[in-house]
Amino acid sequence: MSVTGNGVKPAGSPGTGEEALSVENLSSGYGLVQVLRDVNLSVPAGTITAVLGANGAGKTTLLRTLTGLVKPTAGRVTFEGTDLRAFKVEELVRRGIAHVPEGRGVVEELTVDENLRLGGLWRKDRADAQKATDEVYELFEPLARRRGHLGHQLSGGERQMLAVGRALIARPKLLLLDEPSLGLAPKVASQIMALLKTLRDSTGLTVLLVEQNVRSALSIADQGVVMSLGRVVMSTEAATLRDDVGLRHAYLGF
Amino acid sequence: MEFFILVTIDGISRGMIYAAFALALVLIWRAARVVNFAQGAMAVVTSYAAYKIADATDSYVLGFAVAVVFGLLLGAAVERGLMRFVGHANPLNDVIIALGLALFLTSVIGMIFGGEYQPANQPFDTKAMEAGGVSWMTHYDLFIWGTVAAVVVLLGLLFTRTAVGLRMRAAAFAPEVSRLLGVSVGRMLTLGWALAAAVGAVAGVLILPTESGLHPHAMDIAFASAFTGAVVGGLDSPVGSVVGGIMVGLVLSYVSGYIAPSVTPIAVLVVLLAVLLVRPGGIFSSVRARAV
Repeated sequence: MSVTGNGVKPAGSPGTGEEALSVENLSSGYGLVQVLRDVNLSVPAGTITAVLGANGAGKTTLLRTLTGLVKPTAGRVTFEGTDLRAFKVEELVRRGIAHVPEGRGVVEELTVDENLRLGGLWRKDRADAQKATDEVYELFEPLARRRGHLGHQLSGGERQMLAVGRALIARPKLLLLDEPSLGLAPKVASQIMALLKTLRDSTGLTVLLVEQNVRSALSIADQGVVMSLGRVVMSTEAATLRDDVGLRHAYLGF
Repeated sequence: MEFFILVTIDGISRGMIYAAFALALVLIWRAARVVNFAQGAMAVVTSYAAYKIADATDSYVLGFAVAVVFGLLLGAAVERGLMRFVGHANPLNDVIIALGLALFLTSVIGMIFGGEYQPANQPFDTKAMEAGGVSWMTHYDLFIWGTVAAVVVLLGLLFTRTAVGLRMRAAAFAPEVSRLLGVSVGRMLTLGWALAAAVGAVAGVLILPTESGLHPHAMDIAFASAFTGAVVGGLDSPVGSVVGGIMVGLVLSYVSGYIAPSVTPIAVLVVLLAVLLVRPGGIFSSVRARAV
């Protein structure tokens, strides 16, 4: 699949050109185990950045540290110029940051409807929260048919749709997605990827996408960041990673 | 036959109170995965407040209201001031802290009010209501049934029909996801403890007139019975705790009526043991297949 429209942008001046998320010298870990080591990252507004790398490279930990689920041991994370360390995890969604965690996005004991309501509870603009919910049901048809079903009764694809859809109800500026296509049928996975692209182009959504499926991630991404053993080992345009066989061999193993 | 009906009605009344107590345990278990072994002692504290104020002001209603409000505050204080700081890595930590709190509260009550039984009067005359020449039940039985039913319905509405109820359920089931969706999980936890302690306070106020009265250890047997009810119900299920509580009340009432009142504490333990042996997850525990 080729990137169309304003998808391919030179690094440094993509999207609106402004930096949405900036990560400086970030380190974190669990107890005595250090996972992230001195990570630097810059995500321009209105772009999709794919974070790639083998299992255990620290991709999930990177997302979790960005939203404060894992406390950083060093470094800084700024979003639209504001230091995120000053905020609690539960305050971030109000600042436009939505995080869909890996495989655990859906509250299994709640119905589809309740899960979606939960996504918009914090919003003052009730009318728009309702409108966003209706949009999610339109976008993900299967969910509309299963409104009253509990989370644990859904298929893997439906869960992922629910988790992503619920994040969209916040009308986020920055979406952090952890393995959205894990365990999904290729058709559903590409549907989600296409949706991300559409959202970027139509609403200027900034996406940080952690993905095992490198090909599908690079097909929609503007930038690619490769992590290994908790460090960023390469950061470049997605098109470069896609097209340069040597780079792919060296960093991504295919 | 008449005796059977009397014993049954007495069992349901006791069971309703155990159900409220069990519901309080389940509320905290669901919110925090802690069995609140201090529930009984906390209810002792709120009950002393209720009956002392009822005595002083001659208003049962005021005493009852004070117990509920005091319960809310006490529950919130216990969570904010104590349980929040307990490391949950080892479940035993919570148990030991809760037991310590129970000892502390009952000792303080004993130091202030002494260890003698003090009267806790019910707000109605004790005359049984008669129909067809049979004494069915007292006004107080009806009051218990109505109060507990109201508590159950109100909690049900709170959890299923309100935004805060949805937040509380989400925070209990998936704290991390809830935080990412803007739910203040810590606040929901405090609220859960407050609600549970208030429900426990209601149970405490209701049960005292049917027992020997106010005493620092007045809730010990009631707590053991309610705990059994909660375990029978699966500890995770509010509906189960209500059914479990009523079942335990009935069993104890039959044992007390047909065997001997002194055997009831043992009967509680026998029921608990039987349930744990046969179905350790409780009768209402959900066994469900998870998609991997």
